[in-house]
Amino acid sequence: MGSVLNNFSNDTICAIATAMSDAGIGIIRVSGKNALEICNKIYVSSKKEHNLFSHSPNTIVYGFICDESRVEDEQIIDEVMISYMKAPHSYTREDVIEINSHGGMIVMNQILNLLLDNGCRLAEPGEFTKRAFLNGRIDLTQAEAVMDIISAQNQFALENSKSQLQGKISDKIKGFRKDIIYQMAFIESAIDDPENYDLDGYSEKLKSIVSSLISDISKLIDSSDEGKIRKDGIKTVIVGKPNAGKSSLLNVLTGDERAIVTDIAGTTRDIIEETVRLGDIVLHVIDTAGIRNTDDIIEKIGVDKAKEKVKEADLVLYILDSTSEIDNEDKDIISLCNDKKTVVILNKDDLSDNIKITDDIIRVLFSDYEYDVLPIIKTSMINGNGIEQLKKAVSDLFLNGHIVPKHELYITSLRHKNLLVEAKNSLDKVLESIELGLSEDFYTVDLTGAYEALGEIIGEEIGDDLANEIFSKFCMGK
Amino acid sequence: MVDIREKFDVAVIGAGHAGCEAALACARLGLETVVFTMSADNIAFMPCNPHIGGSSKGHLVREIDALGGEMGKVIDKTFLQSKMLNTSKGPAVHSLRCQADKMEYSKAMKKVLESQKHLFIKQAEVTEILFDEIEDSSNSHYKKKVTGVKIFSGIIYEAKAVILCTGTYLKSRCLTGEAITYSGPNGLLPSNYLSESLLKAGIELRRFKTGTPARIDGNTIDFSKMSEQFGDDPVIPFSFDTNPKDVQKPQVSCWLTYTNEKTHQIIRDNIDRSPIYAGIIEGVGPRYCPSIEDKVVKFPDHDRHQVFVEPEGTFTNEMYIDGMSSSLPEDVQIAMYRSVPGLENSRIVKNAYAIEYDCLCSGQLKPTLEIKNIHGLFSAGQFNGSSGYEEAAAQGLYAGINASMQILNKPELYIDRSEGYIGVLVDDLVTKENLEPYRMMTSRAEYRLLLRQDNADIRLRSKGHDVGLISDEKYDKLVTKIEQIKKEIDRLKSTVVGANKDIQKFMEEHGSSPLKTATSLAELICRPEFSYETLRDIDSNRPELSNDVIEQVEISIRYEGYINRQERQVEQFKKLEHKKIPADINYDDVSSLRLEARQKLKKFMPVNIGQASRIGGVNPADVSVLIIYLDSVYRGNKHED
Repeated sequence: MGSVLNNFSNDTICAIATAMSDAGIGIIRVSGKNALEICNKIYVSSKKEHNLFSHSPNTIVYGFICDESRVEDEQIIDEVMISYMKAPHSYTREDVIEINSHGGMIVMNQILNLLLDNGCRLAEPGEFTKRAFLNGRIDLTQAEAVMDIISAQNQFALENSKSQLQGKISDKIKGFRKDIIYQMAFIESAIDDPENYDLDGYSEKLKSIVSSLISDISKLIDSSDEGKIRKDGIKTVIVGKPNAGKSSLLNVLTGDERAIVTDIAGTTRDIIEETVRLGDIVLHVIDTAGIRNTDDIIEKIGVDKAKEKVKEADLVLYILDSTSEIDNEDKDIISLCNDKKTVVILNKDDLSDNIKITDDIIRVLFSDYEYDVLPIIKTSMINGNGIEQLKKAVSDLFLNGHIVPKHELYITSLRHKNLLVEAKNSLDKVLESIELGLSEDFYTVDLTGAYEALGEIIGEEIGDDLANEIFSKFCMGK
Repeated sequence: MVDIREKFDVAVIGAGHAGCEAALACARLGLETVVFTMSADNIAFMPCNPHIGGSSKGHLVREIDALGGEMGKVIDKTFLQSKMLNTSKGPAVHSLRCQADKMEYSKAMKKVLESQKHLFIKQAEVTEILFDEIEDSSNSHYKKKVTGVKIFSGIIYEAKAVILCTGTYLKSRCLTGEAITYSGPNGLLPSNYLSESLLKAGIELRRFKTGTPARIDGNTIDFSKMSEQFGDDPVIPFSFDTNPKDVQKPQVSCWLTYTNEKTHQIIRDNIDRSPIYAGIIEGVGPRYCPSIEDKVVKFPDHDRHQVFVEPEGTFTNEMYIDGMSSSLPEDVQIAMYRSVPGLENSRIVKNAYAIEYDCLCSGQLKPTLEIKNIHGLFSAGQFNGSSGYEEAAAQGLYAGINASMQILNKPELYIDRSEGYIGVLVDDLVTKENLEPYRMMTSRAEYRLLLRQDNADIRLRSKGHDVGLISDEKYDKLVTKIEQIKKEIDRLKSTVVGANKDIQKFMEEHGSSPLKTATSLAELICRPEFSYETLRDIDSNRPELSNDVIEQVEISIRYEGYINRQERQVEQFKKLEHKKIPADINYDDVSSLRLEARQKLKKFMPVNIGQASRIGGVNPADVSVLIIYLDSVYRGNKHED
């Protein structure tokens, strides 16, 4: 069984830790119990000695990487600085060595190959972090955060991941859990030792504690939608009848002429995706083929795809030609929008003497719309009227007009959100039990539920599929 | 001396509450069983409190009964007073408690033992456990195998299994202030040799202490200064097999009084003469069953503590002073007790004392209560570091069954934490480093809404039937009961009453809000102002059902939401319990385990991930490491059941 085990913890791993580019410096990281021994084999000091062992941990050593299998004159690969962090005072809690080389892809690859030849194994994606987790240096949320930082797409995602890495979510969750366990312990003591612990008036006290926990947890849950949007961007679909101005809108938003714009209805048949930055948030905009009942097979595929995309979208930009009448095709489109955050764009505002669609007509048609706010914006793609209003409307719709607060905590993981919702539901049940006048021993059923759900977020409760979860997080090529 | 060898299947050492259940279980399963006792006149003796049951302990007695044990049946025959505790709280914490007639209880249990086929009582001190070394241990983790025991006279009793139920008798000594006697409880003989034999076999022992209050001559007590405590009417029996009619009888009262500031001052003035506070006692005492001096020290702001005065039996005037156990010198005890209202002129028959004894570090046990590495050596009761008669009896039954299953080569009995308090008790003993005598408490059971005393038969009788202690006839009775419950719940859920005039009048009479639409009887039972009984008038098709069926129906309907949610928690729990850890795991291979976790896992050898997660010093990150290790190493052949 030892050999299987070697795959995850017994051997020494290495990888290039910096981006592969012709940068001025590059770092190769080595971790594992043989890190020092292996590196010592390929390191020589300026006096040509393999003396890495003689240096104390946490210092930086100057020297050379040397391939002794080569002919004498070609042995030196690079001039390097080597830092050695002794276990457990390192990122992985194992012996870690970082080789700072002159960078450059060829040199870096040569050093890496040399390490592999001398007994290292190439690290799997995220394996350093996995070791940090397995060795108890970081908890699950922190491990998740490391992965997020590596793949952060924007400044917000990065900031948020960093605060998660510093354990801010853990701290907060731990605080909730402490409050809950204290109340559970009190109830238990009172049940087992009624002589010394008095439950008179306790349910009122518990009610206020639980209510305040619910409100704190709700804030975190609410932050998750916003957090996800700030981190991942908003999936946006532009829909409208053929030639309403969809592709023009995309072009105006991206400031580029990507989509083919013609006067012939149905020119855009493929799905075109663009990323648009709107202040702090990112829209992933999909321009769809115009939706209309069609016999043209190629276009039909595009239309079906468009309908599918609407289902997946966070935001629908529904653009209409305000100079043409509402027809059944529009009604079809509106039926798709009812359960999506939608902005209605009345385009071709420049042709103002011919306007046939008004705000009122739209609001009547959207009588089944599920959200409170339905922004209706008049635009002209010709002169750019209304574009700023459109951007503001989108921002308001998702961020409630918030400006990015620098150090506020956001929940960005769906896993965290689901568990928070579970915890909140359990606490709601506690309040329900108090309202029903049930005795204290019933409260602990749901307090336990909340406590465990919160614990799963930070890995202090062991879900049976935790292992799979970790594997899926780390092995997805990050 | 002539070499006499008696042959038995099982030798049980000790005939206290653990020993009696263990011996009965083995004999009832057809095994030739000998039970050793220091005194055949003190079988199932109660050296401390004169009651059986109480909070969470009552659950244990019910579970013992469900599995085919004896305790519930004997107390039903010999109780003086019976009371269901905590009835103002939810059904999970209701607990039955009976005052026992100590001598009658002991006599009745002895009679059961004597009448049991295959069972033999032997008065003798066992001095040595006999073993064979297992030379080739490649196929098993056992290093030794039990072959029998030797008694003081040198006679050997051969046995395939030995069950240690030595209670508080191993190298025991009793302390009353400066006065120390080297005896077992109540002046009985201690067992002084067995410890050495166990230590020699590599078994780790430790020293615990417990204590008991004074027995006071009832003729010297002024009961008019105390408040009388009555029993319940009607009485609910402990045993599922006792006919409720047989337990309705006149009951004897208990009495409640309180300590006061004067009592506390006497204790504080003499605290340096307490052997614990003076450092004479080395054993660790139970935090949850504290002496009066502990209470006074720990709760300095409490101006009084409850004192229950309870009869020891109908054969004696002695009264047990519950709540005032002590190891203070006798002169302090006299002053202390006499400061309590009603005890001003009291005389002490037997003084309070603390008792110290050798017991097992229970982490050496497997979940079957067999000692790891030693084939056939089981243990139960206070020897395992627990306290209480009920805890002892539960373990005795459990160990007795598992010793028998081993000999009979049948599947072992396993009860997990979601199935019974017994499961919680055994799991806590084998996974936790209990630093004090272990007392059962409702708070130790995570799923207590499911582990109620009222449904112990539904939870555990089938296990008792499987091992062979519950007859087919009794089991069939249970199956019928379960069917009746299900049927009646279905009927109540599907029987709908309309919002007509008669019904609205009925609702008004019971102070309930009028119905808006047709409503099922089940929904009405959920309203606090109604019960199954009060709905009789609007439920014309009601079948005749016994009270215990009605009780289950009512609880199941009324607390359905809570029960369902707790069942979901149990599902989560079971997932980890079902992740087995192979017995041949080498924790040294799992290099990413922290050192402390590795040491603990090696020591406790948990059988599944759930147990591993409950071992102190093993944190969730370690468990994750273990899960990942098992998943990757054993991926091909899944160790799940």
